[in-house]
Amino acid sequence: MSTEAIRARRGARPASRLHPRDLFSEALAGLLQRPGRSALTVLGTVLGIGGFVAIVGLSQTASGQIGNAFNSLDATQVTVNDAAAGNASHPTLDFPPDADALADRIHGVVAAGVWWSVPFSHAAVSATPLSNPSSQSGALSLTVTAATPGALAASGARLQSGVLYNQFHESDDQNVAVIGATAAAQLGISDLQDQPAIFIQGQPFTVIGIISGDQRLPQLDLGVSIPASTAQRIWGPPPTSQPAQMLIRTRLGAAQVVAQQAPVALRPDNPGLLTATAPTSPAQLRRSVTASLNEVFLALAGIALVVGAVGIANTTLVAVLERTGEIGLRRALGARPVHIAAQFLAESTALGLFGGLIGASLGVAAVLAVTVYQHWTALLDPRIVLAAPAAGAVIGLLAGIYPALRAGTIEPADALRR
Amino acid sequence: MTDAPVIAMSSVAFTYKGPPPVRALMPLDLVIRRGEHVAITGPSGSGKSTLLNLVGLLDRPTEGVIEIDGMNVSSASERRRAAVRARRIGFVFQSFHLLPHRTAAENVMLAQVYAEVPRRRRLAAALTALAQVGLDHRADSLPTALSGGERQRVAIARALVNRPSLLLCDEPTGNLDTGTTSELSDLLARLGQDGATLLVITHNPAVAERAQRRITIRDGHLVEQGCGGAGEHGSD
Repeated sequence: MSTEAIRARRGARPASRLHPRDLFSEALAGLLQRPGRSALTVLGTVLGIGGFVAIVGLSQTASGQIGNAFNSLDATQVTVNDAAAGNASHPTLDFPPDADALADRIHGVVAAGVWWSVPFSHAAVSATPLSNPSSQSGALSLTVTAATPGALAASGARLQSGVLYNQFHESDDQNVAVIGATAAAQLGISDLQDQPAIFIQGQPFTVIGIISGDQRLPQLDLGVSIPASTAQRIWGPPPTSQPAQMLIRTRLGAAQVVAQQAPVALRPDNPGLLTATAPTSPAQLRRSVTASLNEVFLALAGIALVVGAVGIANTTLVAVLERTGEIGLRRALGARPVHIAAQFLAESTALGLFGGLIGASLGVAAVLAVTVYQHWTALLDPRIVLAAPAAGAVIGLLAGIYPALRAGTIEPADALRR
Repeated sequence: MTDAPVIAMSSVAFTYKGPPPVRALMPLDLVIRRGEHVAITGPSGSGKSTLLNLVGLLDRPTEGVIEIDGMNVSSASERRRAAVRARRIGFVFQSFHLLPHRTAAENVMLAQVYAEVPRRRRLAAALTALAQVGLDHRADSLPTALSGGERQRVAIARALVNRPSLLLCDEPTGNLDTGTTSELSDLLARLGQDGATLLVITHNPAVAERAQRRITIRDGHLVEQGCGGAGEHGSD
């Protein structure tokens, strides 16, 4: 054994070392010694991380669905209320006669119009003239809505037959009406060829159109719509209990700005009479939905994570005690306490990392399964998926600190006696 | 440095802190030169294991100075002592201390992890060490598939793989039957003849007889019985 040269070359190096690659392979070998136990140990982390990813993913997906529906309807709608009329002592209408045209000039407005419900204390609509207008026999209790042509357009009402009344009917106070499909069936009107008439509190109106499927003003489908100027001529301005409103349909994304501008555009002399409300922004809605959906489930996932961390800590501590002899051997072979601690820390971190990887995969799979079943679009922030294994590793690292410190302080002379 | 003795202990004593404090080793001097094959015998509780822990740098003496290859290691930092263990001392234990899930070669290579041996050189060195103990054909066997004697030879290969200055054997035949004990003491004697420096702690007279020098330890005192060894020594 010619060792002199080798000994001389080695000289007196000050410290033994553990290469990171060796640390990794030693930790991996330590885990694979007992694959079954390692698998059971990561179960808690798998459940915690998997639950977390699934819950976050499902809530993101669910609020995404809400957002889609919301965008197509409410995000393009602004309501202007006649606030002053509600507080006035007598019925009044603060919207100017040319309100539709004024609102149309605001950038981003698709259609806009004023409407209110004409108040009748009893059933008032019939298809034939009543001998006594105050008697209710033969009359139907249908809602009568005073709506400008712009309000009909903004409501998104679909014409089934006939025509909608227009600015001509409006400015001329004509006695024309558009009735909802449901009301038409109740009144027995199906054919508009003969220009059928209906009577509202004894006043004759010519039915010129039948509409259906209205989304924004559902009462139009159930009742009768007449030009606002006609309603005002016959029955006066809207009552203080139900003042007039303006419905504005905007382009997507313009609702907030239109809401700011509408009162000034409609009443430049006194914008304070009107208040405009834009819908809650989708982001806000999503946040509130996400928050209310998730708190409980996130708490459960958090508990699973804590249980997982305790499991890793426990198993690693047991492994330290079981492998005392190995620790003594490694110390005798030149390992320093920090090498021993690093090895057990690496093992617990790897357990956490594996748990995080498996958990994130299962979480994504769960989200996909639910979305496929519900015909939804899966929405999952990739940062969550990427962060999950890292979170698992951090949990493993934290869980391993105490066992690793214990392992590092084991005296080799004691350990080798076992 | 090559002329320095492998081990030079002067006035080394050890007291277990207790309570109550127990004086396990009386102040003693011991020098082991390069290439010597030394056996230390003595009854249980005589201080054999304490001496081994001191020489193996697993414990620090409460008094005195220990030098290995001329370096004072008794007052060195723990980093330094770990480096000396990794590169200059090869341990052989009574209970083998092989990792059960690793092959013979992998167990031997474990000693190279902390000695900064490049990974690509490890397998060749491990196979050479296994060949030295006559086990190169069992390199891929798990310890569970090896006999007791074979396991201890793997452990000796692990101790040899870094070409240490000193082979420190603690009851190497304590767990072996008579026939295997004889084979193993042959192996140790052959390593000694090949130039390895061996310190063998044993209570087996047959193993001790194969050494150049025999030292008995009794109640913490060393008594040299040696035959033929040229090493200077002291006892009190």
